[in-house]
This record gives sequence, C-alpha cells and structure tokens, in this order.
Amino acid sequence: MAGRQFSESTDEILSLRPVEVRRYVTFTRINHWFTALCFILLMLSGFALFHPALFGLTALFGGGQTTRWLHPFIGIALSVSFLGMFVQLVHLNILRREDLVWTAQIGDVIAGHEERLPELGKYNFGQKSVFWGMFWLILALLISGIMMWYQYFPDLVSVETRRIAIFVHSVSAVLIVLVLILHIFAAVWTQGTLRAMTRGTVTGGWSWRHHRKWLRELARRQSSKPAE
Amino acid sequence: MNIPVTQATAATAVAAATDSPRTAVSNPPVQPMASNLGQAAVVRSSAGGPVAEQPTALTKVAKLIDISKCIGCKACQSACIEWNDTHPAIGENVGLYENPHDLTDQMFTLMRFAEYDNPDTGDFEWLIRKDGCMHCEDPGCLKACPAPGAIVQYSNGIVDFIHENCIGCGYCISGCPFDIPRMNPVEHKVYKCTLCSDRVAVGQGPACAKACPTQAITFGSKDDMTTLAAERIEDLKGRGYANAGLYDPQGVGGTHVMYVLQHADKPSLYNDLPDDPSISGVVANWKGATKPVGLAAVGLAAAGAAAMALFSRGNRVTVEDEREAQLLVRDEMDSVPGSTGRDV
Ligand code: HEM
Ligand code: SF4
Ligand code: SF4
Ligand code: SF4
Repeated sequence: MAGRQFSESTDEILSLRPVEVRRYVTFTRINHWFTALCFILLMLSGFALFHPALFGLTALFGGGQTTRWLHPFIGIALSVSFLGMFVQLVHLNILRREDLVWTAQIGDVIAGHEERLPELGKYNFGQKSVFWGMFWLILALLISGIMMWYQYFPDLVSVETRRIAIFVHSVSAVLIVLVLILHIFAAVWTQGTLRAMTRGTVTGGWSWRHHRKWLRELARRQSSKPAE
Repeated sequence: MNIPVTQATAATAVAAATDSPRTAVSNPPVQPMASNLGQAAVVRSSAGGPVAEQPTALTKVAKLIDISKCIGCKACQSACIEWNDTHPAIGENVGLYENPHDLTDQMFTLMRFAEYDNPDTGDFEWLIRKDGCMHCEDPGCLKACPAPGAIVQYSNGIVDFIHENCIGCGYCISGCPFDIPRMNPVEHKVYKCTLCSDRVAVGQGPACAKACPTQAITFGSKDDMTTLAAERIEDLKGRGYANAGLYDPQGVGGTHVMYVLQHADKPSLYNDLPDDPSISGVVANWKGATKPVGLAAVGLAAAGAAAMALFSRGNRVTVEDEREAQLLVRDEMDSVPGSTGRDV
C-alpha cells in the first residue's frame, strides 16, 4: 500500500464504474451533526441575549432564566464534540504551499476554472479556513464563556476582566456565525458536497474536480500488491 | 376610595400622589396614597423594555450621606434589613468592623470603615462610608442588562430592579461602576438598594435615613440635598477640612445618592470609592456599536449567501468530470509498480 499524505485511513474508493468514494465514516458524520445541533441551539440561545429584538427567542427554551442556564452547558457539549472533530480532521487541515496558490487565484475558484489551480488534497484553503476559524472562535467562546458563567464561576475573574470577556464573547459569536454562513454556503454552492456529510460518500467526478490529489492517492493505495 | 376625605385633603392627596419628595424626618402622609412609582413613571427600561409615553414628571430625589456626621452605628443597616425583610447570614469576626464583610443579596447597604493617617494634620481619621447603590442618572447596570424591563429608572431618579423580569445572567454586576448588585444564588436574581422605592412611592423617606440617629443620612429633592450639602461643606471648610466637597460624580450623569466627603479631592480614601466613575468603555462598546453592526453583518452575509445560492449556477460536477475520474483511478491503480490488480 502506498503512503498516506492526503487522505484518512478510512477514506476509500468504493466502486469503479462509476467511481464512488467514501469521505466520512458514520462516526464522523454523527459527530458533525451533533456539533451542528449544539451550534444552532447556542446561536438561538446566545443571540436571544445579544439584542433586545431577539429576546423573544428565549421562549424556545422555556423563558429567560432557562435560556441563561442552558446556554453554557450546550457550550460545553459543543466544545467536547468539536474536539472530537478536531482530532479526526486536524492533520489534513494543516496549511500547505498549494493553499497559497489557491488563495492567490481565488478568482478562478469562484469562476469555476479549477483546471487552472494546483491539484489539492482532501481540503482546499477555504475548507481549512472554516476549520481553523471554528477552532479559534470556539476556543475564544469557551474561555470567555466560562469567565462570564456567573452561576458557577462568580469569582473566577475580576469585574474588569469579565467585561472584556463578555465583549470578546459577543464579537466572537458574530464572527463564528459569519464562518457558519460561509461554511453552509460553500457546501451548497459546490454541488455534490452535502452528501459527504449525509451519505458519507462523494462521486468520482466531484473528487476529480475538487480534490484530485486525494483521489489519486486513494487510487494508488488501493492497487493490489502481490502477497509478500 | 371609601375613606371620607375633605375637599382640601383630597387635593393634597392627589398632589402628593403625583409628586412627593419627602424628607426622611417629616411625618408621612396620613391619607392612604396611591404609589407614584408604577409603570407611569418609568423613564428608562433595560433592553428596550416598556417606558411610559408621557412619564409622570416627578421631582428628582436624592439621599445625602454626610460622612463627617456618621458615627458608624449601623442603625441604617438594621433598618434596611428590617424594612426589606432580608436575612443576612450570621458572619464571622475577622477583626474588622464591617459586618457582613461585603454587600450581599441580603445586605443592600454596608458601613465600610477606613483608617486614614492624615499626613497634613497628623490626625488619625476614621472614614466610615455607607456603601450601596448610588442610583446613577446614567446607570451602567441598566445599560448592560439583556432582559427587557428587568431594570428600570423612574422619573424621580430611582433605579430599581424588577425581579420577575430578571434572568440571572449577572451582566448588571459587570455593568455597574460601583460594584453594587449581588446575585441571590437560590433565586438567580440580583438585589441591591431600592432607595426604598416602595416607601418613597407613598411619600415616606428611606428606612435607613429614617433610622439614622445623627441625621448623617438625609433625604429629599435633589436640589434641597445639594443646598444642604453646600451648607455642610461650608461648615467643614470652616473647621479645617479645606477639601470638603460633594460627591455627585458627573461621569455617570450625577447620582441620586450623594456623599459629603471631608476629602472630596481623594474619594478613593473612602474604601476605594471611585475617583471619577463612568460606565466602562468596554461595556459601552459592547452594548453600543457591536450589536447593530454585528446583526447587520450577519443579516447581510446570510442574505448575500442565500441570493448567490439561489441565483448563481453553483459549481457543478459534469459528466466529463466523472469520466476523467474513472480514467484517473484506473491509471493510478495500474501505475503502481508491481501492481497486480485493483483493490476495490
Ligand atoms: C463554547 C462554549 C460556550 C460557553 C461556555 C458559553 C457561555 C456563555 C455565557 C455564560 C453567556 C452569558 C449568558 C448566560 O449566562 O447564559 C453567554 C452569552 C452568549 N453566548 Fe455563549 N457560550 C459558549 C458558546 C457560544 C457560541 C458557540 C455562540 C454563538 C453561536 C455563543 C453565543 C453567545 C451570545 C451571542 C451571547 C450573548 C452575548 C451578549 O449578551 O452580548 N456562545 N455564553
Ligand atoms: S450604582 Fe450600580 S447598581 Fe446602582 S444605579 Fe449605578 S450602576 Fe446601577
Ligand atoms: S442579572 Fe437580572 S437585572 Fe442583572 S443584567 Fe441579568 S437580567 Fe438584568
Ligand atoms: S434606601 Fe432603603 S434599601 Fe436603600 S439602603 Fe436605605 S433602607 Fe436599604
């Protein structure tokens, strides 16, 4: 079996005619959708407190007191769940030289001229940016969130520090929702992507078009060798 | 109302119902009086809560605490506990006069004792400050609160917490420049001095002012209290306190609890009374530009993404791509040296 540089050990070409490739195993997909669920709940409960116009969202959680109480616990669940995603995905999300070229030629990406771009592994720079954006913002939200968690950590930080924490938390919340919008948009706009997180597989054409180095490596890995 | 009243007392009662700054020592009205601190007098309400369209114009009130007259007897603390029916925990003596050791959700006011060796006179001074809510004209607690109507300000200047609307987030604690509100850990609601809004509303003075044996605490209209303070300051200056003055900090728009300080040039001598308090810039930014800019950014991004997803073709995989994929997979599998087949 050839070396593995651009793919996970569980990624696999499942059929040849037509080519179908497994991109995410069931565990990763459950992990992803659980994280997404936590995210949506956090967004609704957090933004209910963010602006008076959205305070009505607290009704979804059974009132202001419950919303206030529940939000940080979901935040912990999200952080743990995201950590699971992180350890599974991090090594293929490390930035590489070809990401610079991809970024420099972002115009070709948008225009759909992927033939002008370098071949890519499992993730392109856009996907990596979403990954790292989520990572840093969840870290910021977690740390600042614990500092402002008055019910359990009233004396963790000084009032002055807590003011900064609340400010950081609300700005990070806005930024992470922007990252989420980019994430959903990219998944929808790049057609054939969503099934990677629903069915777990993508077509050969999708892989050839967007992640050719990944497909190439999988093919090489799956060429049988004589028994040793 | 079925209590017989004469024309004249009815008129006073009506006048009193609309406006009634009282001194703490004056006799309270004997006629039952409707509360004048209801929704009709609300001029500000947290998180866009309801305010009166034409709020009853009440005279601004103030409580004046003359530190030079205070003997540290804590009658005010006792009166406050009694009137508000709170139950502070039995404390532990750690060798300080403060009892309890900090404001709590059960202790809305606290005498703080500072020992000061005056370098100019060589005198030892005991500076005893009655700590508690300052009833800021521009209240940081109200600005920070995310729950509509959980903190209100009445037209007479009193800042009051409306507990049924409080969600227990503690934002007001971060918003307050004086570190005043305290969380009740069982109810998850915050408490602080109400300026005895429930007494003032019916023409009575605050319980603490009423109980003070030296009249170090007085209550009345803010104008009267400022005039009284000026007399006291004059007197203190004549007795060697050249820097005596009134603490009515303009950084928070002035306060409805004011101090006469012997050393008004150094408020921090009095157990860290802020020299120049104002709502923190961090809080102002968080509650200021961040919210509309943040919501606008999210709204624009969502609308833009939705429009582009709906109206642009998107990036589609073609039949050609699928064919290329088959060729590539076949070629790569066969290109591996020593390959004997395809492991699919
Ligand atoms: C990662 C763990 C997180 C923790 C521990 C956490 C904790 C908190 C806490 C303690 C509060 C104060 C209100 C309360 O006591 O419930 C809060 C507010 C808030 N949270 Fe979180 N949170 C987390 C994640 C998130 C995420 C992912 C989002 C956004 C999608 C978010 C959005 C918000 C917003 C918008 C507010 C209101 C801020 C404001 O009033 O300006 N939080 N959070
Ligand atoms: S002193 Fe603090 S709690 Fe009192 S009105 Fe001012 S900001 Fe609010
Ligand atoms: S604890 Fe209550 S009063 Fe204080 S900011 Fe939160 S909701 Fe408002
Ligand atoms: S005004 Fe009333 S609530 Fe405030 S300290 Fe005095 S007695 Fe207590």
